[in-house]
Amino acid sequence: MSTTRLHRALSSDHQPAPPSALSAVLTLGWRAILKIKHVPFQLFDVMVFPIMMTVLFTYLFGGALAGSSADYLQFLLPGIVVQTVMFLTVYTGVGLNTDIQRGLFDRFRSLPIWQPAPIVGALMGDLMRYSLAALVVVVVGLVLGFRPGAGVPGVLLAVALMLVFASAVSWIWIIVGFLVRTPESVMTTSFLLLFPLTFVSNIFVDPATMPGWLQTVVALNPVTHLTTASRGLMHGGVAAGDVAWVLVASVLVTAVFAPLAMRMYYRER
Amino acid sequence: MTLAIETRGLEKRFGDTAAVSGIDLGVERGAVFGLLGPNGAGKTTTIRMLATLLRPTGGSARVLGHDVVKEAARVRAKVSLTGQFASVDEDLTGRENLVLVARLLGFGWGAARVRARELLEAFELSEAGGRQVRTFSGGMRRRLDIAASLVSRPQLLFLDEPTTGLDPRSRNQVWDFVRAIAAEGTTVLLTTQYLEEADRLADRLAVIDQGRVIAEGTSRQLKASVGGRALHVRVADPEQRDRAWALLAHLLGDELHPGTEPDTLFARVTREERVPDALAALTSNGIAVREFALAQPSLDDVFFALTGHGADDETSEEVA
Repeated sequence: MSTTRLHRALSSDHQPAPPSALSAVLTLGWRAILKIKHVPFQLFDVMVFPIMMTVLFTYLFGGALAGSSADYLQFLLPGIVVQTVMFLTVYTGVGLNTDIQRGLFDRFRSLPIWQPAPIVGALMGDLMRYSLAALVVVVVGLVLGFRPGAGVPGVLLAVALMLVFASAVSWIWIIVGFLVRTPESVMTTSFLLLFPLTFVSNIFVDPATMPGWLQTVVALNPVTHLTTASRGLMHGGVAAGDVAWVLVASVLVTAVFAPLAMRMYYRER
Repeated sequence: MTLAIETRGLEKRFGDTAAVSGIDLGVERGAVFGLLGPNGAGKTTTIRMLATLLRPTGGSARVLGHDVVKEAARVRAKVSLTGQFASVDEDLTGRENLVLVARLLGFGWGAARVRARELLEAFELSEAGGRQVRTFSGGMRRRLDIAASLVSRPQLLFLDEPTTGLDPRSRNQVWDFVRAIAAEGTTVLLTTQYLEEADRLADRLAVIDQGRVIAEGTSRQLKASVGGRALHVRVADPEQRDRAWALLAHLLGDELHPGTEPDTLFARVTREERVPDALAALTSNGIAVREFALAQPSLDDVFFALTGHGADDETSEEVA
């Protein structure tokens, strides 16, 4: 052990003023991006599933469902991107829970920063993650023969809408992240909700052939509206009603869950 | 000069359970103070209240002259807490972890990188600095964690069980660092359930049991309160233990007790000067002695004497 080095490190007299809220959020966003860089697997393990679904559904059922695989892919892909992004939102809660368990949250809380910064920073990093994942799925789609009629702007607008809804949903998993004991249980709890949410929708099939009661459920599911809006934006001919539905749902979910999450954040553990 | 830490009747209840029930402490500046106690004694709760992470439900505490409730932000600016589990991001590299903390303390990017380098060097992590923390050994992780707590140059460092789970070599290394940090003038409050650790590091200690301080003083004072050194003898042949027992009891004039194994004996010696002759007598009577030790009473003995139940099996023995 070198006492001289320790002495130097301990006698450094640079004592800066606390960082601004923006600087703290950006720093924590930087941390989230580093995590994507160091653990890309976390991004890909949730994407393997949707990509597999895309390939399977397109070639197994595509012909039966839409007359041809190629036609079905045009219908399916926007919904698959929605599903991918939805599943990724779970990682917001998983990451938060991991930070709490590891004691990192205590460290953040004891630093002189704008207190919500760790959550807001993590959300920023997550948005990056959602965008990357959406990009990958769209590219896979393009390779398979997906041809969005509205071109790049349409796809970008659709992804933007998904990001708005995904950040709203993330707040729910943040709450789950505060409530349960381990990152694994955050995962299990959220998948319990996400599976019905993404499958009982119009992502895979047109609900017209479903029983009446199920059609009602599908019609109420915000994921259905997000999917319809995304199809409209990617292929052209979007209905303003669907976009509005998604935006209103996002605002409502955020309005309910974000304050609740922040309350739990300030409560001591 | 005010004390580094001063608490009066500090109390914390979680619902119906009292985790800490009335703790009075006075820690001098520049000292290493140890809170010793078994799991669940209230050590972590106490330290978290002092570090402003928990609000006390009763009593008061001043840290470096500031009230931990009313002036929490001022306390926070001067102290650092290294928690029980290394609170570093496993996915990031060692260097990135330190840059992150420095940035969150308000350092610019350049200054943060300089500070990270200084600390990596000081804690002998320069080479490993570019690796993800998940590849670090327990000792390296702990050192990085302590380094992260020192980015801000705190006047008071809280260390919650700094060496729990470390191998002996890493434990020694961490001890060296803690001593060096204290030598630089930083006050250190550490909790431990290792009696040896408290003995080696702390200038003063408070023994905590069930949320209360049951004894306070230097480790020497606490040991003296138990009285007499402990003599442990191991005979070569377990068959001869009873003879050795009788002989030693006679020569030492103290009561003897069987040890934990069939070939060991134990006595609390009141007249130390008799020990050499008594041991010599064993040999001259044909009883081979395989090992013996005249030990300071361990803090475990102290714990037992104070609470009637043990804390840990660790002893700090000087071989006579």
